[in-house]
Amino acid sequence: MTNSIAEIGDAACILAVGTNTTVAHPVIALQVKRAVARGTRLIVINPKQIDLCRSADLFLQPRPGTDVPLLTAMARVIVDEGLADTAFIEDRCEGFEAFRRSLEAFSPESVEPITGVPAAQIVEAARCYATRKPATLLYAMGITQHTHGTDNVLATANLALLTGNVGKPSTGVNPLRGQNNVQGCCDMGALPNVFPGYQKVADPEIRAKFESAWDCRLSDAPGLTHTEIFDAIAAGRIRSLYLVGENPVLSEANANHVREALKRLDFLVVQDIFLSETAQLADVVLPAATFAEKDGTVTNTERRVQRVRRALEPVGHAKPDSWITCQIARRLGAGGFDDARPENILQEIASLTPSYGGIAYERLEGDGLQWPCPTRDHPGTPLLHRERFATQDGKGRFVPLTYKPPAELPDDEYPLLLTTDRNLFHYHTSTMTGRVEGLKTLAHEELLRIHPDDAARLGIADGQMVQVCSRRGEVTVRANVTEICPPGVVSATFHYAASPINVLTSSALDPVAKIPETKVCAVRVQGQ
Amino acid sequence: MADETSLTIDGLSITARPGTSILRAALKSGLYIPHLCDHPDLDPVGVCRLCLVEVEGRGLVLACRTPVEEGLVVRTESPEINNVRRVTTELLIVNHPEDCLACSQNDRCELQRVAAYVGVDRQRLARLRRDARPAPVDTSNPFFDYDPNRCVLCGICVRTCSDLQGVSAIDFAFRGFDTTIAPFGKMPLAQSRCESCGECVVRCPVGALAPKNAQQPSREVRTTCPYCGVGCGIYLGVRGERVVAVRGDPDRVTNRGSLCVKGRFGYGFINHDDRLTTPWVRRNGRLVEAEWDEALSLVAERFAQSKGESFAALASAKCTNEENYLIQKLTRAVMGTNSIDHCARL
Repeated sequence: MTNSIAEIGDAACILAVGTNTTVAHPVIALQVKRAVARGTRLIVINPKQIDLCRSADLFLQPRPGTDVPLLTAMARVIVDEGLADTAFIEDRCEGFEAFRRSLEAFSPESVEPITGVPAAQIVEAARCYATRKPATLLYAMGITQHTHGTDNVLATANLALLTGNVGKPSTGVNPLRGQNNVQGCCDMGALPNVFPGYQKVADPEIRAKFESAWDCRLSDAPGLTHTEIFDAIAAGRIRSLYLVGENPVLSEANANHVREALKRLDFLVVQDIFLSETAQLADVVLPAATFAEKDGTVTNTERRVQRVRRALEPVGHAKPDSWITCQIARRLGAGGFDDARPENILQEIASLTPSYGGIAYERLEGDGLQWPCPTRDHPGTPLLHRERFATQDGKGRFVPLTYKPPAELPDDEYPLLLTTDRNLFHYHTSTMTGRVEGLKTLAHEELLRIHPDDAARLGIADGQMVQVCSRRGEVTVRANVTEICPPGVVSATFHYAASPINVLTSSALDPVAKIPETKVCAVRVQGQ
Repeated sequence: MADETSLTIDGLSITARPGTSILRAALKSGLYIPHLCDHPDLDPVGVCRLCLVEVEGRGLVLACRTPVEEGLVVRTESPEINNVRRVTTELLIVNHPEDCLACSQNDRCELQRVAAYVGVDRQRLARLRRDARPAPVDTSNPFFDYDPNRCVLCGICVRTCSDLQGVSAIDFAFRGFDTTIAPFGKMPLAQSRCESCGECVVRCPVGALAPKNAQQPSREVRTTCPYCGVGCGIYLGVRGERVVAVRGDPDRVTNRGSLCVKGRFGYGFINHDDRLTTPWVRRNGRLVEAEWDEALSLVAERFAQSKGESFAALASAKCTNEENYLIQKLTRAVMGTNSIDHCARL
């Protein structure tokens, strides 16, 4: 997030696009709902009539995968009606002229047949976002999990730049990150192209710094991303995999492909707290400690580094992941893995990662610290881009966009569009929540949401078991006939091993972010 | 301080911020006034009628609904106040179950505190008591029960659900002696739009909304919720070697004490019997238990054979920063490849 969670409540307008906030980030949704109760305008853009719509002043329901034309048409209205923040654009941005010209193709009327959103609604949303300041924009995986996910993100950034809604309190472009430490995992360089702190592996100076600190030679070639790793395994290029705390057999797109690939490995090590569906395929399973059994730090969606503290000893012979990884490294003869104490590891991180430079355990007792926090006396940064952007010249860059349809759209053979989401009671592949009896009681099985018109046409009754097929696999699941989904769209989570929805989804990738398009694929549904 | 208002309560001079109610000003100064329906997170509604005080020149007022004013003279004790308070209290507790020791709120109950303060005459109570059949307890929610027999109808749960949570799953239902708290159509809670966040349970001043199988922890550890990216502050309640409760950290800026259903109730996995407690190694196609030394030696031996581009690692968005740092360091510095990623895109 460019801004902080606590700022959301003071926004005059909240634009929530591609986020099912009450389900995936319930405590942030509280901020949104309380703001609305105090008079904040809420615009919800979502293909489904999610719970948050009950609080919304405006609800725009685009077809899945049409966010770029929708958001860009909003930009067009803002420019046409003279609602752009020209002083901000002049002062802090570049590329506006080219961007303005690119808007020609995106009148609200011309995108209406693509998005399915009435032009008048687009105009109203644009006026609301541009005039009620400060306006904050929240998004989640409804924006990113597309073959044009990067374009979607850029479209949100264009809107924020256009209206000067960035670099000020209660504004910003705010991705709501999913996992408790997905932000920190990225920050720590668990990414194929960057070291900790997003320092590029291709940069010789950066590489030299890490080579000196770690006393080794480092590769300058960026590695493979998550989805690419499974392709490389299937192709026989990757022979060994060290997999920690993840369950791709259920969570990765095109899951059958993942399962087949894992079987081709020479050696699979899975380190986890349970014998997950993926761990069952491993050659070695290493028992790890839960968050309650170890010390450390995690970084939340607003870049806030916070403490986790050991409350219990690890069960049985389980060990903290830091101990396990250090043991493996030491048995490989490596230096620099002698001290597995988290407090000291954070010191090493701080010494090599400018944005974490001032972060230390003794400073994290209260609310933690938000990076960038370069020095020991720096108070942290709740709000990014106040004076300059993280570009070479410090200017925010408008990016002209074009509409790219999803990789796989419904056709005669697979006539419905499947989009995945989450429910309130489970988390990812339910390795944790599936072992909490009460949560299982409240949401014990997968439900395929389907519109009454589609259900009637297919002769499907509410609660009936149905078969869902895509080009990649098939799943049996219970139908939930509801108007939450528009006609032609069905949705389901991927929380349940008994109905592994990701065997259906497409692993077509965004060319830049390499994120699979789990928000759009074509399926056929039939009664059993 | 210039922006503070001065007033007198029972002869004590106190100060309070303008806009504060007499009740909250008194409580903040360490002065108890009986009350049930007031909660610091909610607007005052004045339905329990217990916080009656006398303001000089005005007579009896509700302390929760009367803001402080400069020079106000307040009395919390007088024969008239005591009369009204006693009758109100008696009517509240006349049909209340007397099994306090078996109530999860025992020792923390606001009704106990009120009764203790006001004083209860058993003979008067017996005269007032009506025959009433116990109302059925709603046990449909897996995490908490609603016992209407223990309910004092303060409405804190109703206002929490509507004003704080924006859910409005419950409201007052029926009238007079039959009044109760219920979801629409008196459906069981589990079938209503209730999201099981438990915020009403946390605020219930009596034992009407109570966690199932509640156990008090012997100690608490301040930490961060393991579920989503909001990073809510929590206290893990530990008893022996088990986590038995979670409560929101009221001081953490991320959540100010609020939690969702997963954060508050989703801790059962920590001590679950399915936990991996020992390494496993595949032998003849089957996973069998192994010692750490054997498992780690095998991992090191096989990893040593696949250094470079034939190796990849997937780190975990559920692990700490320190652990992820080590995993990427192992991958890059020891295994010689940048093929490390995690589930950020999933």
